[in-house]
Amino acid sequence: MDFIIILQNLLNGFGNTVLLFAITLIAALPLGLLIAFGSMSKFIPIKAFCRGLVWVIRGTPLLLQVLLVTLVPFYVFNIGNTEIISFLGIKMKTLLFSYACLAFIINYGCYFSEIIRGAIESVPKGQFEAGKVLGMTKGQIFRKVILFQVIKKSLAPASNEIITLVKDTALASIAGVIELYTSAEHLVNQFIVLTPLLYAAIFYLIFNGVLTLLFAYLEKKMSFYKE
Amino acid sequence: MSFFEVKNIYKSFGNAQILKGINFTLEKGEVVSIIGSSGSGKTTLLRCLNFLEFADMGTINIGGEEIYNAQKNYNDAELRANRLHFGLVFQSFNLFPQYSALKNVQLALDLQTKERLQKQKASKAELKEALAKNMQIATDLLEKVGLGNKIKNYPCELSGGQCQRVAIARALALKPEILCFDEPTSALDPELTGEVLRVIKDLRSAERGMVIVTHEMEFAREVSDKIIFMADGVIEEMGAPEQIFENPTRAKTKSFLKNYVHR
Ligand SMILES: Nc1ncnc2c1ncn2[C@@H]1O[C@H](COP(=O)(O)OP(=O)(O)O)[C@@H](O)[C@H]1O
Ligand SMILES: [Mg+2]
Repeated sequence: MDFIIILQNLLNGFGNTVLLFAITLIAALPLGLLIAFGSMSKFIPIKAFCRGLVWVIRGTPLLLQVLLVTLVPFYVFNIGNTEIISFLGIKMKTLLFSYACLAFIINYGCYFSEIIRGAIESVPKGQFEAGKVLGMTKGQIFRKVILFQVIKKSLAPASNEIITLVKDTALASIAGVIELYTSAEHLVNQFIVLTPLLYAAIFYLIFNGVLTLLFAYLEKKMSFYKE
Repeated sequence: MSFFEVKNIYKSFGNAQILKGINFTLEKGEVVSIIGSSGSGKTTLLRCLNFLEFADMGTINIGGEEIYNAQKNYNDAELRANRLHFGLVFQSFNLFPQYSALKNVQLALDLQTKERLQKQKASKAELKEALAKNMQIATDLLEKVGLGNKIKNYPCELSGGQCQRVAIARALALKPEILCFDEPTSALDPELTGEVLRVIKDLRSAERGMVIVTHEMEFAREVSDKIIFMADGVIEEMGAPEQIFENPTRAKTKSFLKNYVHR
């Protein structure tokens, strides 16, 4: 019967891992695009802000960032978590999960922004110029000419980051989120066996295995042209 | 008054004065070729004509209308509208790699059609019909440049000469009044230049004027009404092909042509 309980707990944890992963991915990609544009902006304050943000976020541990986000409301604004949850009418669990999401989204947004910026800057200038000469607007040039090339160029480096993200979700434990790793750890302490950790490893491997296949498929899909 | 008038164009990059007062005119149906050694400012001139760079001084008129005056500021929409008088074929083709030959030719046309019909609040059926018409136009153009059997191919599946012909069809799709070529065969293997030059020669038409920067002297002589020889940012000599190639008057023209023949 222990096995069933262990599996149930791990599945719950895995659910949180997948949710954190999905929310981070969905929000961090557009945020990354935004920060990438910001870092290339001709308006110096925006450019400086974005480059500075990326420098700070990439230069400090994600673990530290997650912890910091959970502490800011109380230590900076002097608002306790209990006040926040009663004000918003949400569960404590949800609040802690949101903190983790926020930290992850900012962190991965910065990493993605550098990948996207590199990709945009590596699209030959002639592509922009050809669009201009054909009377396209800046928006049309970006959407119809540049974007697809940027996606193709970003795919391999982004898939590396995304696979790292799967494993990084374990860091949400510092915010009190019971994701896959934390649930395994709890089970180890509860049942005094190591198998939950082994199972957790298998979960991570399967998840990343599926992602690896997916990225290989996408890369193949996009290989219909070469430069 | 000529159809196309380029007056007193100056352009510098930082301290380097690249164009130092360029003046020439062109009629519809005429072809002018620009020759001159590398670094003389030929590309910069074409880029100023297409508003990829902005001349520091001077004006550009088309059909009696001043479409560029260095003294004035132009917003993005005005620039776009003015650019449409011109087409530019690049030395390096700059085709969009993710699109088929057909889509490369059709893309800008489709975007314009969509914009126009959206403003008119046209129905879906009208839009569909207009886009089908664009596809026909693009197909015809690709046939005209001899690529009727390659419309579905991506640029990476085409030879350099074929790519440049797609680029020419793409420029033609928007019916520019002045079509510019910047060394259209310089990036090609020698055996592929012929097919591109033949296509360009066939483009002579009463509908447009053409400005061709080229190092193909034989071609320039055959196709042009007028030759411009540029040196150090000025038009050193301008005249009919026979005059420039047989009786150049300026020392720089003579030495350029002499070096060219011997190379
Ligand atoms: N964007 C630029 N910035 C600075 N210098 C430039 C730029 N574009 C061209 N130049 C300079 O202008 C000169 C003329 O270049 P170009 O117009 O390309 O000559 P051509 O096409 O006749 O070979 C060259 O010396 C080149 O280095
Ligand atoms: Mg040049």
